[in-house]
Amino acid sequence: MRLLRLFPDDTKIPFMKWRKWSFLFSGIASVLCFIFLYTHGMNTGIDFQGGTLMEIQTKSGPADLEQIRQTLDGLNLGEVQVQSFGADDDVLIRIVRQEGGDEAQTAVVGKVQAAFGDTVDYRRTEVVGPRVSGELAENGIIGVLAALALIMVYVWFRFEWQYSLGAVIATLHDVVMTIGFFAIAQLEFNLSSIAAILTIVGYSLNDTVVVYDRIREMRRKYKRLNLVVLLDLAINQTLTRTTNTALTTLIALAALVIFGGEVIRSFTASMLFGVLIGTYSSIFIAAPILIFLDPQLAGDKSAKKVEDDSDEAAEPA
Amino acid sequence: MLYFSRWKVTTILLTIFVAFVVLIPNYLTSDQIKTYWPSWLPGRQVVLGLDLQGGVYLLYQIDVNDYKQKRLKALEGDIRQAMRDEPRIGYTGLSVQGDVVQLKIRDADKVSEAAKRLGNLLNPLSTGALGGAAVTEFQLDQGSDGLMRLGFAPAGLEKRLGTVVQQSIEVIRRRVDQMGAVEPSIQRQGSDRILVEAPGEKDPARLKNIIGRTAQMTFHLVDLNVSADEAAKGNLPPGEILLKQKEGGMPMVVDETPLMTGEDLTDAQTSFQSQTNEPVVSFRLSTSGARKFAQVTTDNVGRLFAIVLDDEIISAPRINEPITQGSGQISGHFTVETANDLAVLLRAGALPAKLSVAEERTVGPGLGADSIAAGERAALIGTVAVVIFMLAAYGLFGVFANVALVVNLILIMAIITILQATLTLPGIAGIVLTMGMAVDSNVLIYERIREEQRLGRSPVSAIDAGFRRAFGTILDANITTLIAAIVLFQMGSGPVKGFAVTHVIGIVTTMFTAITFTRLVVATWVRYRRPSVVPL
Repeated sequence: MRLLRLFPDDTKIPFMKWRKWSFLFSGIASVLCFIFLYTHGMNTGIDFQGGTLMEIQTKSGPADLEQIRQTLDGLNLGEVQVQSFGADDDVLIRIVRQEGGDEAQTAVVGKVQAAFGDTVDYRRTEVVGPRVSGELAENGIIGVLAALALIMVYVWFRFEWQYSLGAVIATLHDVVMTIGFFAIAQLEFNLSSIAAILTIVGYSLNDTVVVYDRIREMRRKYKRLNLVVLLDLAINQTLTRTTNTALTTLIALAALVIFGGEVIRSFTASMLFGVLIGTYSSIFIAAPILIFLDPQLAGDKSAKKVEDDSDEAAEPA
Repeated sequence: MLYFSRWKVTTILLTIFVAFVVLIPNYLTSDQIKTYWPSWLPGRQVVLGLDLQGGVYLLYQIDVNDYKQKRLKALEGDIRQAMRDEPRIGYTGLSVQGDVVQLKIRDADKVSEAAKRLGNLLNPLSTGALGGAAVTEFQLDQGSDGLMRLGFAPAGLEKRLGTVVQQSIEVIRRRVDQMGAVEPSIQRQGSDRILVEAPGEKDPARLKNIIGRTAQMTFHLVDLNVSADEAAKGNLPPGEILLKQKEGGMPMVVDETPLMTGEDLTDAQTSFQSQTNEPVVSFRLSTSGARKFAQVTTDNVGRLFAIVLDDEIISAPRINEPITQGSGQISGHFTVETANDLAVLLRAGALPAKLSVAEERTVGPGLGADSIAAGERAALIGTVAVVIFMLAAYGLFGVFANVALVVNLILIMAIITILQATLTLPGIAGIVLTMGMAVDSNVLIYERIREEQRLGRSPVSAIDAGFRRAFGTILDANITTLIAAIVLFQMGSGPVKGFAVTHVIGIVTTMFTAITFTRLVVATWVRYRRPSVVPL
């Protein structure tokens, strides 16, 4: 049986040659992400802003968003967002945080229910008061930072510090790009988005560590091999594994995005993006950055002879 | 790497079998479990999160400031009383200022006596006899010029809050138990919050109403001699306050000090007024309460007395005759449901402090069922797609990987069932994601085996080297994912925590199946087929 092979066995794709381009691309993309973040802001959900969220389903026919919006405006609750959610009789209402602490937030639900009465089905209601929203936001940030710190320590422990730094830079790149994705796609950014970010951090590191592991093995085996050549070799050797694993993960995530329903869509879609970015960063950021972090890693004075030695790829003993 | 002692094989297979058995109760109804399932076998079912079975999640915050003000006001009254005892001590400016009660003693030579009396009001909470410091609720601050301040001792306040939370939980539990809903979980969160989770609750508004009301009931004498205008202007006789009526109508002037409170009630029931068949709440008083009531009604025939709930008058009947049996009726335009609710509140007792809802998440049963359906669909399709890919990419070894995948799934579900961890929709997503990432371990091993074979090793040697070389990588890679997942578990809450749980469990079982089960399958295949080449 002919097995599905996406790449032939002895690929010699010169990944390192493109590193200037990949660094440039990533750099520009990151800056763009920050700009977008600044100009458009993120679509933060009530988890971090406080406020009320209600998902309603009209009982008779498709929902008239305009009418719903007018009814809500009449309640004087401040800024109200009304949007379609999945099916056309499903509506998502978001009401900004009210002045006046917890009681004011809970009162909102009562007012909306009084306004719509029995004409709709109340599928879901979420109310987050000011104190809790502040805490969730704080915990979210601390969580991401703590995870990055812990992982940095672990990778330092298992490899050398240059690897640890490289891994953290690659992961930070992924986090920035994911946040940019949220800003550009205006996906709702709430607690589950932090979950997605942490999962992407985990996956990206998973990938990076596999590549680093192979690099470390190569370095032990071919002590005097030029660093650029070595990195290329390592990545080419792990290419099939990297792409296959990325593919299976993407397949699973695609199933979730398409069939998992609207409620977790922002969560699953962002993870899908994150896996793509994570795979890219392991190959094009985490590996080449080792060249910049410590030319000594190249082994010897061959730091100068980077371009010429590309044909010195040692055959396996 | 390829040698498995019989003992090891048995253990691995037994673990999988046990996991399978643990899962069976999930496919039975709870009645079937009680009748047919042997009791010595684990018979638990998966706990579904609120987003999958519908229900209410309510995080209550104790209004600490409100509680402190109430205590300080009570303390102010106690101080007034203490200074009035013979010999009287003169003072000025007794008031609650922010977080303290302060007063100024007029005579310098009475200061020490005053300090002694105030010292008696500090309300010791624990004596420290068993070790640990003695803790009092208040502390006395003596300033210059006879200025005395009583404020909260930090340790004392913390202890009191702990008691308040505990009492509130009990009151809430009594209230909710009587509603007959599915038994909710009521837990303390942090130092001043209470979490109530009621799965399957269909009427969240009513639940919130029952839980959230302070339900402080008091009985006051009404003073009809004050004109409406004077009252509106705030010119009230000393010791009287203005309270509004719940059903509308004119506010009434009542004595501030209540004659009786809800604590004097021993029972409250819904009943129907004999003449009008209107729902009312009839109550019974304790012996001391009955005595007080008899005294008051004897002394005040003809006057109105107000029945007040949370500072609102719900009824103000006239005392027509002395009431000595220690019982009475509260009528106030009730429906059967509202009368029932009030009876429940009275029976359960008042909350010691005001509660407000800090966070609320309600999911209707419709959405819950839809979520389960969507989750199952995505899981099925995702798994099938991954299985197909593995078959295409790795052929026979893909089959091995797929079997390992199924085993992985069984293990994850079994662990979730045994631990009674909550399964949420993001949790299902976590399982699907783990399916996608789980094959990574197999991919690492297989790619390694392939490489080793191309280097010229014999099949058995290649497989052996493949497993050995891949393990370090598998460990490192999975641990980093695990760290991120554990951090998420710590900081997450609600459905997100469900994701972290399944992800963590999934990573651990993935490592287990890769290291044991996949190896076992491959080893068995090698032994029986004795291949001359590995088909990778």
